[in-house]
Amino acid sequence: MRLTQTGAAGLSLAVLQRLCAGLLVCIGLSLPAHAVLEVDINRGQVDPIPIALPNFSGADTQSQQYGVDITTIIGNNLERSGLFRPLPQNSYLQQLPDFNAQPQFVDWQTIQARALVTGQAVLLGDGRLRADFRLWDVYGQSQILGLQFVTTQKNWRRIGHLIADAIYKAMTGEEGYFDSRIVYVAESGPKNQRKKVLTIMDQDGFNVRALTSGNDLVLTPRFSPTSQEITYMSFAGGRPRVYLYNIDTRQREVVGEFPNMSFSPRFSPDGQRVIMSLQEGSNSNIYEMDLRTRRLRQLTNTAAIDTAPSYSQDGRRIVFESDRDGGQQIYVMNSDGSGQQRISFGRGRYSTPVWSPRGDNIAFTRFGGGRFSIGVMRPDGSGERILTEGFHNEGPTWSPNGRVIMFFRDSGGENGGAKMYSVDLTGYNERPVPTPTFASDPAWSPLLR
Amino acid sequence: MFRKTAGHKVGLALVGLLVLAGCSKSEKPDLLSQSTVNNATRVEPGSERDFIVNVGDRIYFLVDQTTLTPEGMETLSRQAQWLNQYPNVTIQVEGHADERGTREYNIALSARRSTATREFLISQGVSAQRIATLAYGKERPVALCDAESCWAQNRRAVTAITGGASPG
Repeated sequence: MRLTQTGAAGLSLAVLQRLCAGLLVCIGLSLPAHAVLEVDINRGQVDPIPIALPNFSGADTQSQQYGVDITTIIGNNLERSGLFRPLPQNSYLQQLPDFNAQPQFVDWQTIQARALVTGQAVLLGDGRLRADFRLWDVYGQSQILGLQFVTTQKNWRRIGHLIADAIYKAMTGEEGYFDSRIVYVAESGPKNQRKKVLTIMDQDGFNVRALTSGNDLVLTPRFSPTSQEITYMSFAGGRPRVYLYNIDTRQREVVGEFPNMSFSPRFSPDGQRVIMSLQEGSNSNIYEMDLRTRRLRQLTNTAAIDTAPSYSQDGRRIVFESDRDGGQQIYVMNSDGSGQQRISFGRGRYSTPVWSPRGDNIAFTRFGGGRFSIGVMRPDGSGERILTEGFHNEGPTWSPNGRVIMFFRDSGGENGGAKMYSVDLTGYNERPVPTPTFASDPAWSPLLR
Repeated sequence: MFRKTAGHKVGLALVGLLVLAGCSKSEKPDLLSQSTVNNATRVEPGSERDFIVNVGDRIYFLVDQTTLTPEGMETLSRQAQWLNQYPNVTIQVEGHADERGTREYNIALSARRSTATREFLISQGVSAQRIATLAYGKERPVALCDAESCWAQNRRAVTAITGGASPG
């Protein structure tokens, strides 16, 4: 699929990117240059970069509305990341720059925008929606990036997320995380008989959809890194067990039949295996199930509670929690169960370790002094940092780029409940995650494909 | 998921009273005095209500502990005696943890509690085949305040009758 040059700005068009499951087509409007305006995201508190986002234009009312809505999604994503500060549209000196012309950079310099995004929404003859955008370096007076996305109208929100991801990547040098979803447990009803429903939504809180009926207690959903599958624990039939659930087909299956309870599942990075805890009398040990052969392998064997296992991103190691030394602490081992070694030695109890998709950090819950914190440490246990602390924070999950951590916070009290929050790896930019009901056990999906 | 039996409702009503009675001072709420209940309604021997009211259907645990307390063992001895008297009754021991722990660990911890309870009943002559277990973790608290007095009531193992009891 090749487009002809239509711009007056001397921009070459090149087919760049992927066919997204037949739904999303992305075409480069120029080869991406380097990130001229790099945001240093490794500093503690960043100065968010001022970015101008005039509404994408459209040739008719319907495409104009798509243009406005897509621009809103991009702006909200960038703002929520804490790395960008979208400038208010009423400060713009040009409202609708011609998409194919060079912007009047001086007008954007005047309002101190460092970057500018221009775009247009186009409804195609076959009913699909196309969005074109260009990212400009206002001071360098050049185009940083130009891309085109095509999708069915039903999928229009994803265009906003994909453009925001492209801008994020061009300006920070790291992959974005906006075109992703969250699976979580929606909670309603009285606290002593809470109804819990497995629920999925886009990472920005839209397209909320229940996956289970709420008749059975469900806990700890986790995404497959490679497919539209989740694994979770359900009390269906009064037998607490680990299940697999295919989001697309809605097919559900038990991972395996074991004498006792199975719980705390998580996928391997290749999506071919599930690690989980199996209860054996007073103890719980960690096992790995190969999903193709259904072969079960025991990884830990102690007279203790070993649970909450999570693979490293290369699949070679596993982090987990155990109370083998008394209280809950974090341990790492090789993925065959060898070399088990404790890594948490701070004050309090350490639990729910989750390996970052970048491999450089392990997020955890810490309980001490009557307070629950979310923190990170390096895989050797060094560099521990607490990102948030309070009455009850629990259950971290990583954004696909390893930059943002989502968790839940329970307010306590008879009528209280859990809500989800996100926080930057630096501990800054804590934000509530909007959900219609109380919500717990978030799990972040990989980037959609 | 929750059994919708008359006995269960009675259990909840009792807990409500226990909260009022035992919250302020003692870590382990005392059993409601038998006479109060007996005066209210007649209890059929061998019934679920008989078990709950006259024997005591639950025991409590200390923070993060799964060993049975002396009071817990007393209650379980009474349970075993009653169960040995009514050999057709089957039970499910439901383990629970308070909300001051993480989800996965609390599931395993409450499994330890139900297992310890089950093993004690077996040691007192109750056949293992009659005793199922279920671990609820922190998912089903009975006392809802943010204080140790409530958390103490949530760290429990409840012996629920699943069959074989007299009606009433």
